[in-house]
Amino acid sequence: MRHDLDTILPLDLDRVGFAVEGRSLLDAISVRLEGGSRTMVMGANGAGKSLLLRLSHGLLTPTSGTVTWGNGAALPPDRVRRRQAMVFQRPVLLRRSAVANIRYVLGLLDVARNRRQTMAMEALDRFGLADLAERPARVLSGGEQQRLALARAWVVEPDVLFLDEPTSSLDPAATLAVEMAIHDFHAAGTKIIMTTHDLGQARRLADEVLFLSHGRLVEVSPAAPFFKGPASAQARAFLAGELVY
Amino acid sequence: MHDLSTALSTAFAMAIGLDPQVLGIVRLSVQVSGGAVLLAAMLGLPLGALLALARFPGRGALVVALNACMGLPPVVVGLAVYLLLSRAGPLGELGLLFTPSAMVMAQTVLVLPIVAALARQVVADLWEEYGEQLRSLGVPRLTVVATLLWDGRFSLLTAILAGFGRAAAEVGAVMIVGGNISGVTRTMTTAIALETSKGDLPLALALGIILIALVTAVNAAVFLVGQTARRRMG
Repeated sequence: MRHDLDTILPLDLDRVGFAVEGRSLLDAISVRLEGGSRTMVMGANGAGKSLLLRLSHGLLTPTSGTVTWGNGAALPPDRVRRRQAMVFQRPVLLRRSAVANIRYVLGLLDVARNRRQTMAMEALDRFGLADLAERPARVLSGGEQQRLALARAWVVEPDVLFLDEPTSSLDPAATLAVEMAIHDFHAAGTKIIMTTHDLGQARRLADEVLFLSHGRLVEVSPAAPFFKGPASAQARAFLAGELVY
Repeated sequence: MHDLSTALSTAFAMAIGLDPQVLGIVRLSVQVSGGAVLLAAMLGLPLGALLALARFPGRGALVVALNACMGLPPVVVGLAVYLLLSRAGPLGELGLLFTPSAMVMAQTVLVLPIVAALARQVVADLWEEYGEQLRSLGVPRLTVVATLLWDGRFSLLTAILAGFGRAAAEVGAVMIVGGNISGVTRTMTTAIALETSKGDLPLALALGIILIALVTAVNAAVFLVGQTARRRMG
C-alpha cells in the first residue's frame, strides 16, 4: 500500500450535473467512491461514462454540483491533481523515445534529474517495455503504447487511476497485459475507476459497479450481486445484451 | 531564348568560377535572410503558441490581423523601417539605416507573421490531440508551450522554411532600408533589380537562377532531414 495515510480519497460527487447548451448530459450524480477498490463505470454508449470520469478527474468542470476529495479535508488543489492519473482510450504519447516519455512525467513531479532515468527504466521494466526504451513512442504498437501510458501513470504513484475504455482498441493479448497492469495498480493500493464496454472484463476486474443510463446514475452495487441480478430494469436489459431505450 | 541560354551559361560560370563579388552578394543574402528567419523564429514560435493556447478578449482579432500580415507588402515594411531608422526617426541615433542590420530588421518584420501564424495553427492542432493528456498530467503552461513546439518541430520547420523563402525572395524592403550599396548591402534580389534596369538581362537572369537554386537546395535539405526524422519518430 502506497498511500494509506494521506490519500486524497474518498471522492465525493454531490449532485454533479453537466449540460451543454441547455442539453443535460449528466444529471444529479451523487456517489461516494472509497479508496482501494476497483470501480467499473458501465452503461450504453452515450450514457455519460467518459464524461463522469472527466468530471471526476477535473478535466471538465461540472455545470452543477460539486466534486470533492478527501472527505472535506482542505487539500491543496496541486496535491489533488498530482495524486491522480488517467489512461485514455487512445494513448497520447510525446514524439520522443519511450523512456523519455516517462522522464518527462518525472520532471513534472520534480524528481531529481539524476534519478529520472533509473526510475523510468524501472517503470518500463515492470510493464515489459525495457527492451523498447529507446524506441520512439509513436512507432510502438497499440498495445505497447497503452502499456507505456500505464507505465507513465505508474511513476505518478497515484491514489486514484482513471481508465477510459483502455482496451477497446486492443487485441486479446494486449488486453490481458493491460488487465494485469490494472492488477498491479490495485495491489499497490491505487483506487481504480474505469469505464469498459467489455462485460467479461468488467466481471474480471470489478469490485463495485456504477451503472449509468441516459446521464443518470441508476445503480451503485458491489460487483457480485450486480452481475448475478441487477436491481434496475435498465441494467438487467444491458447485461442481457438488449438495446436500452 | 538567346538571353536564357546566355543566362544559364553565365550562371554556371559564376557558380563554378566562384566570382568573389557574386559570392559576397550570395553570402550577404544568406546572412540577412537567415538572420531574419532566426530572429523571427525565436519571437514567432512562442508568440504563435501563446496565441494558440491563451484565451483573452481580442484574441480572434489578433489572429486575423496576424494572418493578414502574412501578406504585408515588402516595400511598405521597408518604408516603415526606413522611417524608424532615418535620422529624424525614433531609432535614428542607432545609425543603422543602409546597413545589413537594418535589412535584417525589415525582413524580420516580414517573416515574423508567417512563422507566428503557421506556428499558431500547428500548435492549435496539436493541442486538440494532446490537450486532455497534458491537462491530466498537470503540465504547467510554459511547459505546455515548450512541449507542443517540440512535438510540432517537423511541421514548424516547414513554417520556418516558408519564412526563409519569403525573406530570400523579397526585394522591396532590403532595397529601401539597405540602399543596394555595392559590397555592403547588395543582395541577390537588389542586384537582380539593378542589372535589369541597367539592361544586363543575362546577368540578372543568372543571379536569379542562382537564387532559385539556393532556395531549392535549402528546402531539399530540410525536406530530407524532416522526412528521415519523421519516419524515425512516427
